[in-house]
Amino acid sequence: MTQPTSDGRDPLVVVSGLNKHYGDLHVLKDINLTVGRGEVVVVLGPSGSGKSTLCRTINRLETFEDGSITIDGKPLPQEGKSLAELRADVGMVFQSFNLFAHKTILDNVTLGPIKVRKMDKKKAEELAQQLLQRVGVEKQANKYPAQLSGGQQQRVAIARSLAMQPKVMLFDEPTSALDPEMINEVLDVMSGLAKEGMTMIVVTHEMGFARRAADRVVFMADGEILEDATPEEFFNNPRTDRAKDFLSKILTH
Amino acid sequence: MSTLFDQFSFWSAFWMTIKLTLGAAVGSLILGTIVAVLRLSPVPMLRFLGTSYVNIFRNTPLTLIILASNLVLWAKLGVVMANSKSPDFFNTNNFRLAVLGLTVYHASYVCEALRSGVNTIPLGQAEAARSIGLTFGQSLKEVILPQAFRGAVVPLGNTLIALTKNTTVAVTIGVAEMAAMLAKVTEDDPGLLNQAFVLTALAFVVLTLPVGLAVSWLGKRLAVKR
Repeated sequence: MTQPTSDGRDPLVVVSGLNKHYGDLHVLKDINLTVGRGEVVVVLGPSGSGKSTLCRTINRLETFEDGSITIDGKPLPQEGKSLAELRADVGMVFQSFNLFAHKTILDNVTLGPIKVRKMDKKKAEELAQQLLQRVGVEKQANKYPAQLSGGQQQRVAIARSLAMQPKVMLFDEPTSALDPEMINEVLDVMSGLAKEGMTMIVVTHEMGFARRAADRVVFMADGEILEDATPEEFFNNPRTDRAKDFLSKILTH
Repeated sequence: MSTLFDQFSFWSAFWMTIKLTLGAAVGSLILGTIVAVLRLSPVPMLRFLGTSYVNIFRNTPLTLIILASNLVLWAKLGVVMANSKSPDFFNTNNFRLAVLGLTVYHASYVCEALRSGVNTIPLGQAEAARSIGLTFGQSLKEVILPQAFRGAVVPLGNTLIALTKNTTVAVTIGVAEMAAMLAKVTEDDPGLLNQAFVLTALAFVVLTLPVGLAVSWLGKRLAVKR
């Protein structure tokens, strides 16, 4: 399990033999996936393919029946304090932003560093200001989430995750709830992170982002990983019929 | 009218009603929050405890609880809540037992009001809290309860209004509040009854009407914008 990935990276997230059911529905079927340190993996697939579930399972927002997930060599704990500690190292960005609605933008970003990392309030606010500046919403620091546009909220959500200095960031369809003109401002921030060497697992429908920023593309359908390839290989030469069908439907217009 | 105030100590009865209300309001807010946390807990045993508490005390008549606080808790089990050597022992002890009974009963309503507040919070809020590494307790304290209280202002206000009026049950264990004053008027000077009833009703309206207005205003003002 500690073997390096195919391109010689040190493995950071290792999913092996993962199975999950919702009642009778087998939503994740024997998933094996290794993500190396600094690698950007984009997960593509039709709706209901299990890609969001996989993303949420890696953070254990979803339980699973068998298989294992390790993050930086540590297996994912069942529950309690050790799980909370591990989650602090795994950033998560949601489709619906999920900023804390009763807290200001600044407080959204400082909450984790202060409560989990026990950072001094002043230091946490400095860090938060830096991060808000980095994602371009420093002027909104004292507003509440409902006063911001969707694109701004999602960039704040990214800053909130970054404030924890995570080892890996999970993005669960981060642009799917956004108006079209706001998608790029979020993707630009994500591309910036990818360039800086952040390890990222991104579930998305943005093919342009997958081509530009991904080191690897993973294609899922019906709870299975069907393809795992570089973006060029996947987009130019998909091996499975399911992937060909998927690409023909989304790339023709 | 002056006899009502001089002879039957209307104002001290009014003050007693206020003290019962305030004491039980603070007590039931604290106890009700604790019970709500039990009911929200991921541990099945704690959830069972919380649910049992609500089902027992919400479904028991308040009169029974208040009577039991005196007749069972104090008279039979010897639970004393005041200095037994004090000349004012019976009054103080009964007052505190009444506050206890009112607290225990209304805590179940506070708990349910808070749970209705929790239901106004999208699931994503708790997921986001967990995903930045907050523990269950921290998520509750920092994210869930603050939003739950804001979403529960109106039902909590209703509970406070009900509590204010329910303090009259304390007459059954001899606490000298408004209903006890009415009972005394009935015995000693029935001619004053019409007046006494109207003034007592008015006194309760004076207490509860502002609560209702404040709750409507606060409910809007504190609502979490999404």
